[in-house]
Amino acid sequence: MSGTAEAAPLISVENLEKAYLGRLSIADRLTGRTHTVVQAVNGVSFDIKRGEILGLIGESGCGKSTLGRSILRLQEPTAGRVTFDGQDVTALSPSEMKAMRRRMQIIFQDPYASLNPRRTVAEIVGLPLQLHGLAKTASEARDLVAEIVAKVGLKTAHMDRYPHQFSGGQRQRIGIARALVSHPEFIVCDEPVSALDVSIQAQIIQLLMDLRREMGLTYLFISHDISVIGYLSDRVAVMYLGEIVELGTVDAVLSNPRHPYTQSLMSAVPEVDNPGQRQRVRLTGDLPSPLSPPSGCKFHPRCPLATDVCRTSVPKPESVGANHTAACHRLAENLSLLETEPA
Amino acid sequence: MTAVMREGEAVANTAAAEESIFRRNLHSFAENRLALGSAIVVLLFVLMAIFAPLIAPHDPAETDLFRRLQPPAWMPGGEWSYLLGCDALGRDILSRIIYGARISIFIGAAVVMVATTIGIMAGLAAGYFRGWVDVLISRVVDILLGFPYLIFAIGLMAMMGPGLINIILALVYKEWVIPCRVVRGETLVTRELEYVEAARALGASGKHIMLREILPNILSPVIVVSTIRMAHVIILEASLSFLGLGVQPPTASWGAMVADGRAFILQAWWVSTFPGVAILLLVLAINVASQGLRDAFDPRFHE
Repeated sequence: MSGTAEAAPLISVENLEKAYLGRLSIADRLTGRTHTVVQAVNGVSFDIKRGEILGLIGESGCGKSTLGRSILRLQEPTAGRVTFDGQDVTALSPSEMKAMRRRMQIIFQDPYASLNPRRTVAEIVGLPLQLHGLAKTASEARDLVAEIVAKVGLKTAHMDRYPHQFSGGQRQRIGIARALVSHPEFIVCDEPVSALDVSIQAQIIQLLMDLRREMGLTYLFISHDISVIGYLSDRVAVMYLGEIVELGTVDAVLSNPRHPYTQSLMSAVPEVDNPGQRQRVRLTGDLPSPLSPPSGCKFHPRCPLATDVCRTSVPKPESVGANHTAACHRLAENLSLLETEPA
Repeated sequence: MTAVMREGEAVANTAAAEESIFRRNLHSFAENRLALGSAIVVLLFVLMAIFAPLIAPHDPAETDLFRRLQPPAWMPGGEWSYLLGCDALGRDILSRIIYGARISIFIGAAVVMVATTIGIMAGLAAGYFRGWVDVLISRVVDILLGFPYLIFAIGLMAMMGPGLINIILALVYKEWVIPCRVVRGETLVTRELEYVEAARALGASGKHIMLREILPNILSPVIVVSTIRMAHVIILEASLSFLGLGVQPPTASWGAMVADGRAFILQAWWVSTFPGVAILLLVLAINVASQGLRDAFDPRFHE
C-alpha cells in the first residue's frame, strides 16, 4: 500500500492546533491572571492518501484522541487547516459541515458509552440515514440498516434489541455499522479495540481490514498498542505531548526508529524470537503536564540523549529516509538506544 | 471460532435475563410492598376524584341548616348517611372531601406537568448550550430559589386574584426551577458521553441531540423528582386555600375546609380534622410511593 503513486491526499492536516483555555474565576480576573492554556495538539501536519491506513501512536494524554476529533471538528481546532478531498473542512459553514459529516466518521473506543442505551440497534445504526435523508421510506432505511448490520457480522434478527443486550465486541460492531451506514470515505478509529478482550480484538481488526477493502475506506487508526498499529497500518505517526515526533512507513518507523521516544516505545514491545537480545530503554518520569510543557524539545526531560541544545531549541522534522521524518536534534549522530548487547 | 460462540452465548443469556431496564426497575418497584401500597392509595384518590359524582353521597354544595355541625355517624346525633358529619353550613363533609380531591389532584398534577415541561426545556438549554444561556437561566433559578415559596405564591395570588388558573400559574412560577436544576445537572454529565459525540459526528442538530439523545436518558430522575414535588404542590395549594387565596367557595378544597372548621374546632373537631386527614394521607402516600420510585429507578440506589 505504501508504494502507491503520489496522488492528491484525501486528508491533509496542516499545522493543526487545539488549545484548551482554563476557566477564570472572578478572583482570577480581578487579580489580572491570564488563562492557563493546555496545548493538546501543537502544530501537527500530515497527509493521508486515499485507501491508506495511518496509524497514530502515543501514550495516554499525548493528544491522539484530540487530534482525531479536531480533524472531524468534534473539537474545534484553534489553528491550522484540515483539507478533505480538496475542501477546507475548517472553513465550512454548519450546513456544509453537516453534509461533510456523511463522508467522514469516527469509531469510538468505549463500546458501552458510545451507544445510546435507550435506542435499539436499528435506530442507532439508522440515525445517519435519517439525519442525512439517505432513505426515502422507513422500509428502505431498514433494508439499508439490515445490509450493514449483516456486513459487520451481526444477526439482522437482533436489530430490535437494545445495546445492553450485547457483548462488548458486538457493541463495537454496532458502532462500526453506524459509522459505515452512510458510506463515508474516511474513518477515525479512536482506539476501537483497546477496550476489548484480546480474542475479540483480532476479530474487530480483521473486520476493519475487510471493510476497508470492500468499501475503499481510509483510516486514521489511533492506538497505544504498537503491535496493532504495526499489523494494520501503512504509515505510522508517533505522537508525544501534542506533537508528531516521527512519521514514516510502518517498516521504516518500527524497524528503524530514529527518534529516541520511538526507540523507547519499540524497546517495550515484547519479542518472541530473541528475548533478552534487545536492551530495554526505561524512560524516567511521567508525561510532563501539558499545562507547563518543557522548553525546547518537549521530550528532553525524559530523553537519555538530551543535550543543552535540546533544552532550548525546538527540533524541526527532518527527512531521515524515503517517506520517513523525525524531529530530533541528534539525528545526524545516528545514535540509537536500541543497541543490541554484545553476545 | 470459540470466541464467536462465546459472544453468541452472552447475548442469549443477557437477552433472557434483562428484557428491558425499565421493566426490571418496575419489577423492583413492585417488590417494595410499602411503596406499592402507597401507589395504590394514590390511585384510589385519583379514582375518587375522577368518579366523584358517582361516589359522593350528597351534593357537596347543598346546604342544610338543620344539619349545622352535625357530628360523624358513630357519635351521638350522627347519621349514617352523613358518615363524617356536616360543616357549619350543613354540607356533607365526606362529599366535600371526595370533590376536594379533584382540586388537590388536578392542581398538583397540572402544576407539576407544566413546571416539569418548562424545567426540562430550560434545563436542557442551560446544560447543553452552557455559556451565557446557562448563566442567564441559572441566575434566574437562583433568584427564584431565594424567595420563600409560600410568601412568593401569596404575593402572586394577591396580585392576580384568586382562581384555579391563577393558583396553577402562581405555583408554576417557582416550581419549574426544581426540575430545571435536575435536568441541567444531568444534561451537563450526559452531553459529554460518547453517544452524544457520536450523534454530533453523524451531523445531528442541537435539537435532535437534546430531545432524542439526552432527554430519554435523563428522564428517570426527573420523573422521580416530579412525583415528590407533587406532594409539596398539594400542600401549597391547601395552604393557599386555607389562607383564602385559593379556589373560591363554594368549590370544595381541602385547605379551605380546614380553614372553615377552624372557628368551631372546640365544638366540632370533625369539620377541620377529616379534610386534614385527607391531605395527610394523600401527601404521605405520594411521598412513600415516590421514594419507592426513586429507589427502583435511580441507579445510584442499586447496589
